[in-house]
Amino acid sequence: MNASQKPIATGSDWNFNVLERFNDKLAALADEYRLDTYPNQIEVITTEQMMDAYASVGMPVGYHHWSFGKQFLAVEQAYKRGQMGLAYELVINSNPCIAYLMEENTLMMQVLVMAHACYGHNSFFKGNYLFRTWTDADSIVDYLVFARQYIAQCEERHGVHAVEQLLDACHALQNYGVDRYKRPSPISAEEEAKRQDEREAYLQTQVNMLWRTIPEPPPDASPLPGSLNSDEDPLGLHVGGVYPSEPQENLLYFIEKNAPLLAPWQREIVRIVRKLAQYFYPQRQTQVMNEGWACFWHYTLMNRLYDEGDVDEGLMLEFLQSHAAVIHQPDFDSPYYNGINPYALGFAIFRDIQRICEEPTDEDRQWFPDIAGTPWRTTLEFAMRNFKDESFIQQFLSPKVMRDLKLFLIVDDDQSETLEVAAIHNEQGYRRVRDALSTQYALSVKEPNVQVVEAAIRGDRSLTLHHVQDSRRPLGRSVYPVIRHLHELWGFPVRLISMDEGRVTHRYHWPVEEEPKEKK
Amino acid sequence: MTYFIDRRPNAKHKSAVNRQRFLERYRKHIKRSVEEAVNRRSITDMERGEKISIPTKDISEPVFQHGPGGARSIVSPGNKEFLEGDRIRRPSGQGGGGGAGEGGASNQGEGNDEFAFTLTREEFLEFVFDGLELPHLQRKPLKSMEEIKMVRAGLSRDGVPARISITRSMREAYARRIAMRAPIKRALQAAQQALEDEERKDSVLRNPTRIVELKAEIERLEKRIEAVPFIDTYDLRYHQLSAQPQPSSQAVMFCVMDVSGSMTQNHKDIAKRFFLLLYLFLEKHYEKVELVFVRHHTAAREVSEEEFFYSRETGGTIVSSALKLVNSIIQARYPPEKWNLYVAQASDGDNWDDDSNTCRDLLVKQLMPQLQYYAYVEITPHDHQSLWHEYESVAGHFPEHFAMRQIVEASEIYAVFRELFKRRLSQAD
Repeated sequence: MNASQKPIATGSDWNFNVLERFNDKLAALADEYRLDTYPNQIEVITTEQMMDAYASVGMPVGYHHWSFGKQFLAVEQAYKRGQMGLAYELVINSNPCIAYLMEENTLMMQVLVMAHACYGHNSFFKGNYLFRTWTDADSIVDYLVFARQYIAQCEERHGVHAVEQLLDACHALQNYGVDRYKRPSPISAEEEAKRQDEREAYLQTQVNMLWRTIPEPPPDASPLPGSLNSDEDPLGLHVGGVYPSEPQENLLYFIEKNAPLLAPWQREIVRIVRKLAQYFYPQRQTQVMNEGWACFWHYTLMNRLYDEGDVDEGLMLEFLQSHAAVIHQPDFDSPYYNGINPYALGFAIFRDIQRICEEPTDEDRQWFPDIAGTPWRTTLEFAMRNFKDESFIQQFLSPKVMRDLKLFLIVDDDQSETLEVAAIHNEQGYRRVRDALSTQYALSVKEPNVQVVEAAIRGDRSLTLHHVQDSRRPLGRSVYPVIRHLHELWGFPVRLISMDEGRVTHRYHWPVEEEPKEKK
Repeated sequence: MTYFIDRRPNAKHKSAVNRQRFLERYRKHIKRSVEEAVNRRSITDMERGEKISIPTKDISEPVFQHGPGGARSIVSPGNKEFLEGDRIRRPSGQGGGGGAGEGGASNQGEGNDEFAFTLTREEFLEFVFDGLELPHLQRKPLKSMEEIKMVRAGLSRDGVPARISITRSMREAYARRIAMRAPIKRALQAAQQALEDEERKDSVLRNPTRIVELKAEIERLEKRIEAVPFIDTYDLRYHQLSAQPQPSSQAVMFCVMDVSGSMTQNHKDIAKRFFLLLYLFLEKHYEKVELVFVRHHTAAREVSEEEFFYSRETGGTIVSSALKLVNSIIQARYPPEKWNLYVAQASDGDNWDDDSNTCRDLLVKQLMPQLQYYAYVEITPHDHQSLWHEYESVAGHFPEHFAMRQIVEASEIYAVFRELFKRRLSQAD
């Protein structure tokens, strides 16, 4: 500790002046570590406002929907019972990056949150490739404002109930409302509003074409009016091949563009939900990395503050206690176990990368020849920028971390009587544990794989989807409510066929009774 | 680049709309819980929120999920004794010890079977009176008993020592001291000046007699200054009280109910809402509201609330017994000049034929002149009997203070109080 310097502040009270001085200090340190961040907008809010923010899943401006009300009540209840976990910070991926500080926080908490959110998460948002590709930090707040106004307008025009039902249906499918392989072009809110009118008109004409009541026969088909009953398909309506020509995984996009009966405003709302799902898509894929990165930096920065004498021992002890609680990983057999703590796992991996760079062991040289002994800051930056949870774990989970966390792999196969311990943290098991953990974070495995394969545009207008099972895992009971929602959007019968390696195991239909007895 | 913004003064209740939407959507569930709460709680205990539970499955937002079955791999932390190839028995039930849990799928629903939250007081009342057009209950002037109340009314020169206003008295004393000393001080100064002048003169020209005179004069004046009293009876000020007539801030509400065999629990539940409505209304008006429960069949008895609503009795019906009891309770405990008296009566209309006349006389001659309001509901889908007709004539005598209504469902209760509320609304203009 640099004895010549007095701490910036002590005790647990804070004021704006003190916060600014801490922030200046943190900014200088972050600069020294070459953390590239958006400008920060730090907002001090009350508990209630924090609960509001939580309830609207972190959107600073949200449209109205009952599910956010439910969320709010749940948060409020949890908070009142004192079960609320880390309710201290919330940060929004926008430019400027908005971070919330709760007024009840102690001075230590405020500094910790600034280090964690304003420099940790912020630099992650700005640097990670998924965020760079899929989200547009500059325009998100504008877009949210647009969405809120548009939906409020629709409620006025078409009734709250109609809008609510539509949103329910969209929410049920929002995880299937993301593009995985295309980069959306960023546009601002005014542009969005301007284009929206044009789009409405254009889209509708497109759909009208697709769903012409009297289909035009393909040019090569010869209409034979007299022989209607003689042939299954006298007009050759089915010769045009299937539509869409390739399976579509973005269900909401497909609905927005193709659902026959949706009114233009309904299409726009589908689009809004889809856009927001897209915005949150990177966050769902980088939880471990994002939190790990933020924890790594708050830990590093707080220690630097202490080393330079800007905080005293009291504050540091309070910090260490809080930090330890955040990155605590209960064992699987503990009553507090609730899955792997992303803060713990991410923090452990990033710290370990730093260790491998600075003090590599023989094992590290063997496992990580590329990074052992390299400058840690560059390697860490590389790891942060170019991976998502799945690949990050695959790439950087070291035997040491697996040993520290005592990870083990269980295979639960319903065809066998018992669970099998497939691998543990030993020489034979490292790779398999790592593969399995990596897969556990792959969204494509976490969520059932459901795609649109056919819309019978020339037939009964029914929609057919395929579910491709992963390791024979069937769909949960929620499948019926979901396809009911899908049916609401599509307007015609919906079939969902669940397949395991090409073999059909289940068929789900909505409306239910519609199913003809052709199953066998 | 960093900006700090203090958002705390921003509008509160950003989520209010979403909250309302949620409540609206689960109206039925919430209503059921509220009904139960109403039946469980005491009338005086209605004005607080209620914890509501809704089965999680009813409010879940469905998404595609993996169901149980198939093969899954789960990585967990904290291995202690497992080795590769170990086989473990499948833990029975969900989650639990085996480490496998049910894994991945339930990342959001996790945990409780019930979604629990708390309604605020306003929301709770809204649900209680759902379907009743409840007017805004506000504190508005209402004709009521006058009561004398002493209020502070400035200061006066006389009073009892206990009410002395020290500051004001001291201030008066200070002013008086300044006023009384001023002329003497002036004379003193003049005398001192003269003395000084005299003494400065050449010793030949001095007038020794004058100097002696002046000195005597100065001494006399100084004595006079000292003699001005520090405080005088003249300075004392007392807080004054004056008697002002005040509307009485206490009310008593008599709940009268027929508990003869023909009143079912359903009737009683409707009656409870009827009493509740009047109670809430009174509570808004008066600082203190007392409740008296009188139940009757052939004989009337004052009982506790619990007994009033939930114990059963059978037998015939003599309404006048209850009215007599109410009257005697008023005489004994609630003198009309001190209390605002309200009576709410619920019955299914049964009464001994001979008794209805007695009731009317009792009401017109004795009870009504003392009461603020008498509300009567007849909970029956059937034709009226003699009691109703006699009451109609009472209503003729006291159109302002007597309301009666036949109802079948709880939603019709409000009409009983229409007169009571309407009168107030017009007064508010």
